[in-house]
Amino acid sequence: MAKILVFAEQRDGKVSGVAREAVSVAAGLAGPLAADVEVLALGGAGLADAAADLARFGAAAVSVGEHDALAEYNPDGYAGVVVDHVRKGDYAAILFGATTLGKDLAPRVAATLDVPLATDVTGIEAEGGKLSIVRPVYAGKAFATVEIEARPVIASLRPNVFPAVESAAEGAVSTFAPQVDPTSWKVRVVERRQASAGALDVSEATIIVSGGRGMKDPSHWGLLEGLRDALGHGTALGASRAVVDAGWRPHGEQVGQTGKTVAPKLYFAVGISGAVQHLAGMRTAKTIVAINRDADAPIFNVADYGIVGDLFEVVPRLTEEIAALRADS
Amino acid sequence: MNLIVCIKRVPDTETRIRVDASGKDIDESGVKYIISPYDEYALELALRTREAAGRGEVTVVTLGDSAAQETLRKALAMGADKALLLSAAPVADGLATAKALAAELTGVEAPLVLMGVKASDDDQQQVGPMLATLLDRACVTGVASFEVAEGKVVCHREVEGGTEIVEATLPAVLTVTKGEHEPRLASLKGIMAAKKKPLEEKTAEVPVSRLQVRALAEPPARPPGRVVGEGAAAVSELVRLLREEAKAI
Ligand SMILES: Cc1cc2nc3c(=O)[nH]c(=O)nc-3n(C[C@H](O)[C@H](O)[C@H](O)COP(=O)(O)OP(=O)(O)OC[C@H]3O[C@@H](n4cnc5c(N)ncnc54)[C@H](O)[C@@H]3O)c2cc1C
Ligand SMILES: Nc1ncnc2c1ncn2[C@@H]1O[C@H](COP(=O)(O)O)[C@@H](O)[C@H]1O
Repeated sequence: MAKILVFAEQRDGKVSGVAREAVSVAAGLAGPLAADVEVLALGGAGLADAAADLARFGAAAVSVGEHDALAEYNPDGYAGVVVDHVRKGDYAAILFGATTLGKDLAPRVAATLDVPLATDVTGIEAEGGKLSIVRPVYAGKAFATVEIEARPVIASLRPNVFPAVESAAEGAVSTFAPQVDPTSWKVRVVERRQASAGALDVSEATIIVSGGRGMKDPSHWGLLEGLRDALGHGTALGASRAVVDAGWRPHGEQVGQTGKTVAPKLYFAVGISGAVQHLAGMRTAKTIVAINRDADAPIFNVADYGIVGDLFEVVPRLTEEIAALRADS
Repeated sequence: MNLIVCIKRVPDTETRIRVDASGKDIDESGVKYIISPYDEYALELALRTREAAGRGEVTVVTLGDSAAQETLRKALAMGADKALLLSAAPVADGLATAKALAAELTGVEAPLVLMGVKASDDDQQQVGPMLATLLDRACVTGVASFEVAEGKVVCHREVEGGTEIVEATLPAVLTVTKGEHEPRLASLKGIMAAKKKPLEEKTAEVPVSRLQVRALAEPPARPPGRVVGEGAAAVSELVRLLREEAKAI
């Protein structure tokens, strides 16, 4: 029987959320493609326990490759193992998460297997044995429906778009020892620096609190951190380009055409005017809130809820009320 | 040190994207074209590397139709030394593009090929690592800055929640993201000089695209914006709506 492979990303031995989403997507395609879902996770010793959880989302099998040299991502190491694995079976499709890692890894695997790749997919459906794939283009200003005329079909799925659905069937977990030769790797990570411990990246967040030039000074970001903390788990800080260019915030936080394209459940634009390049990156957020003192700011055209006013008055009050609400519930 | 920078001609980021009559492509009327923003960051790093080394050439390469000549001239005006137009209609399949580029770059002596981390039209984020794989070269993606050392390049890379320092052997392909250096503007002198710089044109062999665009659509329209109220007094109503209507908190 053919298989659909889901590459499950891990960091520090923990499996990423998008891996659960991808397994759920694969489970939905399994019937129409007449294929079984298999998960492939790579990492250091002990990963099998964490990866086993993915079986709950509809995987018939979870294959865990454990090797000390794979504890952290290495592009050459991971690509080699994924390609070797795929060549041993009959795969109709391979799904990755469209994370920094997935976007680095998937093109290497696709090029080695000589098949095209659809990046950052937001919709995927089986139609008559073929896959119809939807992905944003022009930084979210349009959506393309594409078809890949090759096998396996390779796609990376945008995080937070597809629901993770638990399934009754529970697959078997097995471990294997991948063949790796680190001396042949051309790329080596020398050092990893965490921006700030535990901070969540905008691309992974379900809620984003973004600040713009209206914040006036980098020293005022405590205000947005307060709101982020009140909103709780899953909330990240974002930024407009103006404040990144000014050096107030790191580029990793920038949302927009030359930053990240995000689709959180809730997006707060605080002191952001709403330039087209910013809107491109966040207009598919489920709910958008804008706080701006200029009633004519273009951000209000896309905001589901807007408050016209001084952010230095509105944000502290908002933080207080949300914190109170969460304390109650 | 010789560097190659792959650049793509894309619609200006200000462009409002409209779908044309075919339903598969954008309506090009009135669209202004630019060098894809990340490719400009790549070019800036290439120019700085050449300047720091005090020798070598920066060659810009694009695969596109004849309109891309203008894109190459802009890059020459910014300071690139030579340009190469691989003339062919651009395709949606990043692997086909990577193969056409690889066919040209195989055997070319350039320790570094720089690309944008993504092209701002199709956002595929794939041509760089695909090209590197096809050429069997090292590849680092999302590079904000780098230093060349003996036989290797040391890159600062952006990842979720932090940065990484990654070493790659040369020759290498790097995909560049925004770093601390904004792309320079072409000076008048640069624009004049660009007219005399070599711009070679070759017909490219692009394999058949196996990724086909079946339809292009504008994003679902958002409901018109709604102002809840003014100032801090509107906060309670906002919180109520977020909780009861949007069920977002
Ligand atoms: C090639 C290119 C790529 C780009 N890519 C991006 C991108 O990826 N992301 C991006 O964001 N931009 C991008 N831009 C830049 C974009 O055009 C805008 O310049 C930028 O988004 C503006 O940032 P801002 O909204 O923070 O600042 P401004 O436009 O200056 O807006 C500040 C807002 O704050 C409000 N304000 C001021 N004080 C207060 C207060 N006390 N209370 C409440 N509101 C207040 C003002 O009314 C104003 O609306 C790009 C531009 C180009 C040319
Ligand atoms: N047609 C092209 N000609 C030259 N370079 C290209 C072309 N398409 C993509 N590239 C390069 O590959 C990078 C990534 O493109 P993409 O994978 O399409 O997002 C771009 O930033 C360019 O550096």
